[in-house]
Amino acid sequence: MRRIFLCLLLIFAAPAWAQDLQTVLDANRDQIEKPSRQTIGPVINEIAASGDGAVAFLEAWADRRIGMAEDGRFAIIDGEAAIDAVTGAAVTGDVKALRPNSGVRGLIAAALVPALLADPDISRRRAALDALGRDATAEHLPALRASLDDPDPGLAARKARLERLLTIRFDPDPAARVAAIKGFSGDTSTDLQAALNPLLASSRIAATELPADANVLQQLSVGSDLTRDEAYRLLVDAGLARPRLSDAEQKAALAANLVDGQVGNIPVANLDSPDARDRAYRALAAAGTVPPAASAEDVDAALDSYVFADVYVEPSAEVTDAARATLNGLVFRERAQQGVDLTLDALSLASIYFLAAIGLAITFGVMGVINMAHGEFIMMGAYTGYVAQTFIANKTASLIVALPAAFIVTALAGIVLYRLVIRHLMHRPLETLLATFGVSIALQQLAKNIFGTQARPLTAPDWLGGSIGWGEIVSISTIRVAIFVLALLFLCMFLYITKRTRMGLNMRAVTQNPGMAASMGINPDRVAMLTFGLGSGIAGIAGVAIGLFAQVTSELGQGYIVQSFMTVVVGGVGNILGTLAGAAMIGGLQKGIEVLNPANTLAAQTWMILFIIIFIQFRPRGIFPTRGRFVEG
Amino acid sequence: MLIRKYPSVLIFLAVLAVFTLIVTIMSQAYGTGAIPTSTIKLFGKTLCLALAALAMDVVWGYAGILSLGHMAFFALGGYMIGMWLMYARTEEIVTATLANAPIPPTPIEVQEGIAGQIFGVVGSTDLPLAWSFAGSLQIQLLLVLLVPGIFALLFGWLAFRSRVNGVYLSILTQAMTLALALWLFQNDSGFRGNNGLSGLQNIPGLTDLPQSTISIWFLWASALALGVTYVLASWLVSGKFGSVIRAIRDDEARVRFLGYSVEGYKLFIFTLTAMICAIAGALYYPQAGIINPAELAPIASIYLAVWVAIGGRGRLYGAVIGAIFVSLLSSWFTGGKAPDVNLGFYTINWVDWWQVLLGVAFVLVTLFAPRGLSSIIDAVAGLRHPMRRGKDLGPDLGALREKEAEA
Amino acid sequence: MQGLKRILAGSALGLVLAGGAWAQDDTIKIGVLHSLSGTMAISETTLKDTVLMMVEQQNAKGGLLGKQIEAVVVDPASDWPLFAEKARELISDQGVDAIFGCWTSVSRKSVLPVIEELNGLLFYPVQYEGEESSKNVIYTGAAPNQQAIPAVDYMRDELGVEKWALLGTDYVYPRTTNTILEAYLKDSGTAQDDIFVNYTPFGHSDWSKIVADVVALGKDGKKVGVVSTINGDANVGFYKELAAAGVSADDIPVMAFSVGEEELSGLDTANLVGHLAAWNYFETADTPENAAFIEEWHKFTGNEERVTNDPMEATMIGFNAWVAAVEKAGSTETDAVLDAIVGVEVPNLTGSMATVLPNHHLTKPVLIGEIRDDGQFDIVSETDPVPGDAWTDFLPDSAVLDADWPGKECGMFNTSTNSCVQVQSNY
Repeated sequence: MRRIFLCLLLIFAAPAWAQDLQTVLDANRDQIEKPSRQTIGPVINEIAASGDGAVAFLEAWADRRIGMAEDGRFAIIDGEAAIDAVTGAAVTGDVKALRPNSGVRGLIAAALVPALLADPDISRRRAALDALGRDATAEHLPALRASLDDPDPGLAARKARLERLLTIRFDPDPAARVAAIKGFSGDTSTDLQAALNPLLASSRIAATELPADANVLQQLSVGSDLTRDEAYRLLVDAGLARPRLSDAEQKAALAANLVDGQVGNIPVANLDSPDARDRAYRALAAAGTVPPAASAEDVDAALDSYVFADVYVEPSAEVTDAARATLNGLVFRERAQQGVDLTLDALSLASIYFLAAIGLAITFGVMGVINMAHGEFIMMGAYTGYVAQTFIANKTASLIVALPAAFIVTALAGIVLYRLVIRHLMHRPLETLLATFGVSIALQQLAKNIFGTQARPLTAPDWLGGSIGWGEIVSISTIRVAIFVLALLFLCMFLYITKRTRMGLNMRAVTQNPGMAASMGINPDRVAMLTFGLGSGIAGIAGVAIGLFAQVTSELGQGYIVQSFMTVVVGGVGNILGTLAGAAMIGGLQKGIEVLNPANTLAAQTWMILFIIIFIQFRPRGIFPTRGRFVEG
Repeated sequence: MLIRKYPSVLIFLAVLAVFTLIVTIMSQAYGTGAIPTSTIKLFGKTLCLALAALAMDVVWGYAGILSLGHMAFFALGGYMIGMWLMYARTEEIVTATLANAPIPPTPIEVQEGIAGQIFGVVGSTDLPLAWSFAGSLQIQLLLVLLVPGIFALLFGWLAFRSRVNGVYLSILTQAMTLALALWLFQNDSGFRGNNGLSGLQNIPGLTDLPQSTISIWFLWASALALGVTYVLASWLVSGKFGSVIRAIRDDEARVRFLGYSVEGYKLFIFTLTAMICAIAGALYYPQAGIINPAELAPIASIYLAVWVAIGGRGRLYGAVIGAIFVSLLSSWFTGGKAPDVNLGFYTINWVDWWQVLLGVAFVLVTLFAPRGLSSIIDAVAGLRHPMRRGKDLGPDLGALREKEAEA
Repeated sequence: MQGLKRILAGSALGLVLAGGAWAQDDTIKIGVLHSLSGTMAISETTLKDTVLMMVEQQNAKGGLLGKQIEAVVVDPASDWPLFAEKARELISDQGVDAIFGCWTSVSRKSVLPVIEELNGLLFYPVQYEGEESSKNVIYTGAAPNQQAIPAVDYMRDELGVEKWALLGTDYVYPRTTNTILEAYLKDSGTAQDDIFVNYTPFGHSDWSKIVADVVALGKDGKKVGVVSTINGDANVGFYKELAAAGVSADDIPVMAFSVGEEELSGLDTANLVGHLAAWNYFETADTPENAAFIEEWHKFTGNEERVTNDPMEATMIGFNAWVAAVEKAGSTETDAVLDAIVGVEVPNLTGSMATVLPNHHLTKPVLIGEIRDDGQFDIVSETDPVPGDAWTDFLPDSAVLDADWPGKECGMFNTSTNSCVQVQSNY
């Protein structure tokens, strides 16, 4: 930081002895060819100060459009052609492009800020503001203040905001900083916190007495604010006290004073307990061969004679107080926003589980047919989406094709599976379970043989690419919102079909009493087949949706199958609202546990499954149990 | 008595004994050396898998509980014995090293040394609580039975008590396996995460013996365990107890109304078979050499069911045949030794297509040969089963089927 | 008696499924132990092809010691116990003189006891977590000090990262690497609060909360960088979520240790441009050796699209080092080769030399690449060859350890007590 500061001082001092671009480039040829962020700063500033062509050169350099011609001249590459960076003459021959790393590019962008802030081109002004948001220094403040009246109202607002943020960080006048800080109350954005938090950085010190001008955060009392061990370590680290003896040091000291198989008159063979070693060491210390270890009394004395405190790095108490007050004011809002964000995450996860499980809720929940290949239907849907994308380049169009295609492909697969396997195993659920496992194993391997084991890309169209949110904390990616909407759509569609259509009526009739339904002229077999096709088809669409935000592999379905069954079972078999409740519970639980242990996502999954196993033991029929005479024993 | 009722027991034991004898005289340690040690290990491991399949057959084929979690008990048994193997082997190394130092080690230093060696790889030096007894062979052997046993007892008690059965139970057992696997995958659980326990083939105290000898010893132990368990299982399923559990399989509610404690029977059989699986696992992993959480992925338990189904469930020898047949065939196909089939337009490489074949074969067996491979033996013995296929005679659940009524 | 033996042997042939050709005297056999099926197949099949290509080239040059080299390929099917079984088969049944194989740490740990028991020779070509040095293994991939530490240095010095998110898949390589990095960062003055660690399961897909956590790290005004040891497929969802949150490589750079050309070739790289990876080789390395290697590779596979990657280079170096050692020793016998191989120098593909060190690791240059939109890397930093360190210097327990095979005959030598902790490996 300090180095950049110096360099920027140079810029402003520069015009007096500025050199022209050619001279600067020639003098720093090696550095420009292989720049390092740590050393390139002065060179960039020299270039920036070199007048004509400097801005163009720096912009091209940051875009990686600067190259080295065969004769050693620097050239600006423009597509196939290249021109001399200084003279603008055309350059022929091979031009080797220079590739500054992103740290260096950041420095270049920062150096360009003063020049570009008032540029007539709005995109360059925007880029300058982006750069300023990332790497601002004290010297940018005057330039920013000078360009505050931006013709574009959006940019003007951004500039005004940035100006106040930079004031907080760099203005020499504490009163101006305090005013800026207070102006922000109620704002929870990350950049504000990023400006305020460094003001509150503190360091822990130990001293005989506190310096008078110190901006003290708090004085620490040994025993309550920090443990005795911590306090003593602080003293040792500051060189104010003698370190205590570690076990390894003690052992080394004993080994070094081994005489005739004895240490301090204790036979070596007996030194296999900590007590014996302590006695031996004390004996050695008493004889003066080793320095005595710091005793408990020494520690007490040392701790008594020092005070411990946390001291702000920022010298001005007004500034730290204002920053602390503003940040404290944020805490509640921030917590609330985090809570909302977490709820959104949980909702999103729940809708993904719901989408994965809804097909199963139909086949397993309504029909009572257990289909372990359901996960593979999801996978088939995802691969259908991938295949659609390889044929249709336009992402939106391919998605529009992929959704119905996935439905048709998996519905057909479901119908084939039903006709060939499941129909013959009706009323034998365990055998259905095993046979469909066989299908699942075969389908997975088939997918591997056809598409390979590597993940395949399935990319969302750009309008689904970003995120939606309020402020910076509450935000959720658009694709997840789309999945949520899709899940709601399917819920409505399912309710509509079962409650309002002839097909749904037949479906419910066949589920409740196939014999009676058959007597009323319904073909139970055909209805069951179509229902199974519907459930499988929805799995295919879920596959496309899942593939859009995650990876498409042959194991995609496997990851969802256990959770999906749990979702259906937890919710209550045969009840779509139960499935919804089950998905909400599983999603909410998982996110809730993740918050408790953010470092280990795996643990959250483990505990979630465990919790559900226990839940099912106590409510074996789920949240919304099906009642009545058709419940199987 | 048992043998008169079930002559197959005698035949099974005889075949097992002859097989063991032949392998022994052709082994490198005690015979001609015609069979390489790697194959002996393969045989020994296959016998352990057969033992697990036997347990699966008792719990599924006879008691009708389709547990998709028995490989979890198998792996737990392996973990329990693996802990002792790792700890004791490391203890030998650590004490030998520390003995070279001028000052004799304290017990804590020895333990820290062991923990550092075992867990240093995953960045920890503390011995987890679960390893407290790892130094004692007797206790760990007991734990091989107790940990899976108590685990199965607890799980079974919870599940059977709330009348979770049928496919619900299958899914729940699968979820249990998944949860256990995920838990073991975490390094924080103290079982070395994904690396698992390795180097298990080196038996502490027997470091001077070559693997050729150790492998044949394990083969003997596996054969013995299989033989003993086979006799035990035959006795169990043949008497009154066997009648009750088969009755539970066929109509649980009716058995309950007859006054039997259905939950008690199921719990007993579930726990017993879990412990048999644990013994199989404890014999398997010292031969395999490494155990890690992937071993108890849900798919492993499904394969166990596949073996039993293909061999023929409800037949003890069927389960054994199925496990041996499928696992040997599987290692033959995936070993790249099966010849490729050239169809002209496409070459079938069995490494890629074996799983497809297995899946399809499994569906076909479930559909057309519910008795699996053992139906071959049935055909030889002239046994016939009622045909349970064809259309339902009536519209209600459980109605007789056309062919069944004719028989 | 002889007759009985013959009958027994004959029936054994029927019994033994592990048949296979017996060794012929005029060939030298090497084993290839890479998964050709299962989850690891996609990565490992490439290495099998690399070994076969090297064998073909060597045979075209006249073989080794006047004999042809024959590669025995087996498939351990991504099944860890099967690795041990197949390794035993290769050494004791097939009689191979060296094995090229393994990818994951757990597969190496599975094979180690067998290799050490039968005194075999394994060349392990993948970057790994270190903390190991076996007499019978040559580690041709990067140790942590040849990948992780320089990568972190780069992020701190060149990108100005002050706050770290160490994200990894929950298995031993990320765990150990992150433990080492945490210790290293703390040694160099980073506070505990500035390091965020998270572990996710294999194939994880729900990244929204983790990405939000990482973004929130930036609120104390320090530049945040992500060090990713996320494995394989899970990276896809991670980068997608990062892009959806509007985070660019300029805001929060991600340095990946497990994402290379092979992984990128199946991905839409639009979201990844500007993020980083650290390896010892990139396909874009501008040297004549590399150009020749890529050309050979395209010719061998008959596919111009096939990319090359770091483990392939490591396999190539391992093979050439073995050939050089065999020629130097005049024998393929394990102990002779091991004696000869230390100090052998072979050229790598980035224009420097790889030397086999006494700790059975290599010297390797560290390269940092920025991902381009065509799935290749812009090399933005390259160091001189760094000697691989088997036992990291940044963990107190292993800082005192050293490995020195010809000198001290020990892979785990405690320099503070001057004694060999163990000769066989710690599995």
